[in-house]
Amino acid sequence: MSTTEIDRQWTTRLRKRAAGKLPPEKLLPDTQPSYVSSWIYVFGVTTLAALVIVIVTGCILAIEGPQWWHSSDIGHFVNSMHLWSVEIFFFAMIVHLWGKYFMGAWRGGRTLTWMTGCVTFFASILAGFTGYVSQTNFDSQWISTQAKDGINATGGGSFFNVLNLGQMLMWHIVILPIAAIALTAMHVLLVRIKGVVPPYEEDTEIAR
Amino acid sequence: MAWLGSIVPLDHLGHYIHWHFILISVSNLIVICLMVATFVAALFLPFPGRSRRKENQ
Repeated sequence: MSTTEIDRQWTTRLRKRAAGKLPPEKLLPDTQPSYVSSWIYVFGVTTLAALVIVIVTGCILAIEGPQWWHSSDIGHFVNSMHLWSVEIFFFAMIVHLWGKYFMGAWRGGRTLTWMTGCVTFFASILAGFTGYVSQTNFDSQWISTQAKDGINATGGGSFFNVLNLGQMLMWHIVILPIAAIALTAMHVLLVRIKGVVPPYEEDTEIAR
Repeated sequence: MAWLGSIVPLDHLGHYIHWHFILISVSNLIVICLMVATFVAALFLPFPGRSRRKENQ
């Protein structure tokens, strides 16, 4: 195979493009700008850490099943870990969102970073909701019977039936985790490509 | 865990704040207040090693 032919392969083009956009030193940098030394910048990674715990505990719950998480001590513990990591996930994500909103984090060509963050937020709300209705207890019965009226009023109930446990569980453990993980990965890669947004005063200094 | 149940009675109806069209549970309001407090603290609390990093740059 000639060099020209190799250069034309989609794998070669993709590799060169990926390596050009995101070289290893940019993907895992040794240092960060000095303005990142602030507590307001820790909530993104806190959200990420909580997401890892959510996924790990969710996998354990999926392996063992509802009988286990309702009746055994370890099952109760893992179930609680899943709930509380979700609480921390949303808590940190909201503070991260406020911080980035007041920082105008879409500046400097970071529109896609901001938008992927917003879409991840909405996907996470849906994941949280389907999780609440998949608990298989009286709480989930109450939430789903209350929610069905709201969703039916929008017309969405025809294809998204909150009283259908199988459908809700599949959304919760297949579709929404895939969406949330893919969007989060894209969000983090975009942060690495574009860099962490500087405060307004630093941006003005750079512009000078 | 009985002591926890005595602090937060989970087998009773929740407490709600109802003011005009605003209806919110006390637990949700506490979480929102904690988020606001965390946000404000993150803005004003000094970050460890910040001055050292600035000197290095």
